[in-house]
Amino acid sequence: MPVISAEPIARDNEQRSREDARHDRIFRRVLKFCALLVLAALLGAALSTLWGGREVLFGDGLRFLLSDSWNPVDDKYGALAPIFGTLVTSLIALVLAVPVSFGIALFLTEIAPAWMRGPVGAAIELLAGIPSIIYGMWGLFVFVPFMSSIEPALSNTLGNIPLIGKLFQGPPLGLGLLTAGIVLAVMILPFISSVMREVFQTVPTRLKESSYALGSTTWEVLWDIVLPYTRSAVIGGIFLGLGRALGETMAVTFVLGNSYNITSSLLMPGTTISSSIANEFNEAVGMHRSALIALGFLLFVVTFVVLLIARLMLRQLAKREGK
Amino acid sequence: MSANSIYARRRITNVLAMLFSGCATALGLLFLVWILWVTASNGLHSIHLSLFTKITAYADQGGLSNAIVGSLLMDLMAMLMCVPIGVLAGTYLAEYANISKLGASIRFLNDILLSAPSIVLGLFVYVIIVLPMSNLTHGSISFSGFAGSVALALIGLPVIVRTTDEMLQLVPGTLREAALSLGVPQWKLTVQVLMRAASSGILTGVLLALARLAGETAPLLFTAFGNNFMTVHPLDKMASLPAAIYQYTNDPSPALHSIAWAGALLITLFVLALSLLSRLLFSRKKVRYE
Amino acid sequence: MNDRAAAAVAALPSVDARIKIQVRDLHFYYNGFQALKGISMDIPEKQVTAIIGPSGCGKSTLLRVFNRIYAIYPKLEARGEVALDGENILDPGYSMNRLRSKVGMVFQKPVPFPMTIFENVAYGIRHHEKLSKADMGDRVEQALRSAALWDEVKDKLKQNGLGLSGGQQQRLCIARAIALKPDVLLLDEPTSALDPIATSRIEQLVEELKSEFTIVMVTHNMQQAARCSDLTAFLYLGELIEFDGTETIFTKPGKKQTEDYITGRFG
Repeated sequence: MPVISAEPIARDNEQRSREDARHDRIFRRVLKFCALLVLAALLGAALSTLWGGREVLFGDGLRFLLSDSWNPVDDKYGALAPIFGTLVTSLIALVLAVPVSFGIALFLTEIAPAWMRGPVGAAIELLAGIPSIIYGMWGLFVFVPFMSSIEPALSNTLGNIPLIGKLFQGPPLGLGLLTAGIVLAVMILPFISSVMREVFQTVPTRLKESSYALGSTTWEVLWDIVLPYTRSAVIGGIFLGLGRALGETMAVTFVLGNSYNITSSLLMPGTTISSSIANEFNEAVGMHRSALIALGFLLFVVTFVVLLIARLMLRQLAKREGK
Repeated sequence: MSANSIYARRRITNVLAMLFSGCATALGLLFLVWILWVTASNGLHSIHLSLFTKITAYADQGGLSNAIVGSLLMDLMAMLMCVPIGVLAGTYLAEYANISKLGASIRFLNDILLSAPSIVLGLFVYVIIVLPMSNLTHGSISFSGFAGSVALALIGLPVIVRTTDEMLQLVPGTLREAALSLGVPQWKLTVQVLMRAASSGILTGVLLALARLAGETAPLLFTAFGNNFMTVHPLDKMASLPAAIYQYTNDPSPALHSIAWAGALLITLFVLALSLLSRLLFSRKKVRYE
Repeated sequence: MNDRAAAAVAALPSVDARIKIQVRDLHFYYNGFQALKGISMDIPEKQVTAIIGPSGCGKSTLLRVFNRIYAIYPKLEARGEVALDGENILDPGYSMNRLRSKVGMVFQKPVPFPMTIFENVAYGIRHHEKLSKADMGDRVEQALRSAALWDEVKDKLKQNGLGLSGGQQQRLCIARAIALKPDVLLLDEPTSALDPIATSRIEQLVEELKSEFTIVMVTHNMQQAARCSDLTAFLYLGELIEFDGTETIFTKPGKKQTEDYITGRFG
């Protein structure tokens, strides 16, 4: 290479290196800014609902949380009924969805023949893809009449059992906490079962094989080996489902009956935080609107904590897997 | 207890468990078929040409054309917002902050945003966009298609962030080294090599995000509100398919219910087609990059 | 040791003994763990230098210092001096572009970019030089010819590089590296993922490329080192045990450890 040309090329290289470094810095900053927007979205959701609900949250304080009267006429608002409804429907959903999801995960990882696992698993996951408003419509037009036809039977059988009998007494409206809980259960089923299925598959084959080698049945392997090994992630999956159930709006709004009741019967209508907001927000003004936004804040905080626990539990297994 | 009876009891337990798991799966599938069947049969009955040509202002004589247009427009605007931001944020997590504390916390919180209640995101947009706009314009602009699409973008964002992050992490590290050893700067490497290598995976995330936000109703109620007339102006109140379905389902008129079912079928088909398509894309991708 | 290396260079008949890379007291740390301990060696121009040693000995690390590719990972640190044509490349002022255009690298597994065959080769060039379409075509052809791949791909330049066989992909990666007209070519176990036929093809290519490039090759395959290289360095636990003419290393090594390794007593 001629000596003369070496010098400008070197300088060219220096300059290009500096430019590259500058572009890299800009690029990195743009990327970081976008990533921080994710944080901003979460923080913003919390702060904006806190701000929007400030009159009620700071004005009424604990009274807002503990009062069960929701009265737009007197402009007095208590969150107890929607909180009660949210918790009860989500609890029903969990009680029903957890064992069923467990059964599905067991079926898809241990029992079903290999050709069946893919399609059946995909079909179950399709349940998660159906928009929630469709669940709501199906719930209102199809499932509510179905429930009202079987509720007399429920009251006559389960309703007579001491202690839990009270839960199943009441008029066969079809609408109500139990119906909403069942619809929610169907909605969260794919989430819980897919987490369970995924974590069951992470159990090392040698662990399962050595248990089978001792003569264990499929059930014993699952109950004694797989479940303890994946316990934290399974709980994480359940909490993930709970988070979904707490915040779901459209699937429950149609089938709840929307009344601010706190009743001992699951057959009675009720309301949840999200359905109260959906139903009343556009007609609400002043304190009423503030109360609804405050409810939104409560919902956000509760689901945040539940989802936080879920993710932490799920991460434990991922960590162990990484080792 | 004799060894035989222990053995018998264990076997019975096992058979019962197997039976239960089979029934659970059948139950799950039953609900799937039930819901899809109800939607398809009711929807197919009600699909007419007028659905696509008439607006909702004619009520039971009308259609859903303004809601369909509004939905498409808001979905498009939402995607225009959340795709670039989500892809860049996901790239940051995978390429720049993979092991940093900040990256780990953003990834963690993104997973929470992924399942945060959508109605709260609607309230958030109401407080930060609808209210200030209304105050600034003395009420002449309040609810708007733009606000609705921001709310939808917040639903889609975490989906895209997560898939982009995951897909880029699947790209072999040697590809990075190979490009850097040619003296290519990192931003070029990222955009021209890594994103291209992960493109079908990223596209999967984009489709999934669209599938998710297209079916959302709750965040639209008090952001886009709804509109009985056709509009494409982003600052007008805007109709959407899910919000129209919501409104019609709450109405006692059976004629409106039938229109709602037709809309429900349209949305379900759209959403399920998107998720099937993304599944197809991803399984093909898996074959190619192991 | 340096004297020995220099002596070895001088002893080789075909060498005019110009030193291309001069390594002086090089230390390398991973997260505080010392992976290279005071390496000093002189790598002659337009020769093939092989670096051998058991896995974990630091041979790949040494190679990755020569183009500073290690710098993309955090917590990695090199201390000492590596002079390329007399200039220390570890000096932060040494431009990365200049270094990477002078030192090309080929990796263990073939990694074609997700682009057409033509673009794979043109991609690197585009960043360093602005060429007309015709010039670029010539340049790509020339690189593919040098990498002994032209005849196999000339009719399918527009096809995706991922569609080639493993051996072809690796030659594509070599073409991509030499398209930048570097002085030095680093090969990091270039045949370990290939079948024997593809391997011998690459070895033949190394022999041909020697006339134009200074080649440094890491290999775990001792026969390959013996077949392809002019000089061989033996690394063990981060230290340079012996560096000499390949024939000397393989026939009468000066150190017991070298002999043990070569005769297969450990590794």
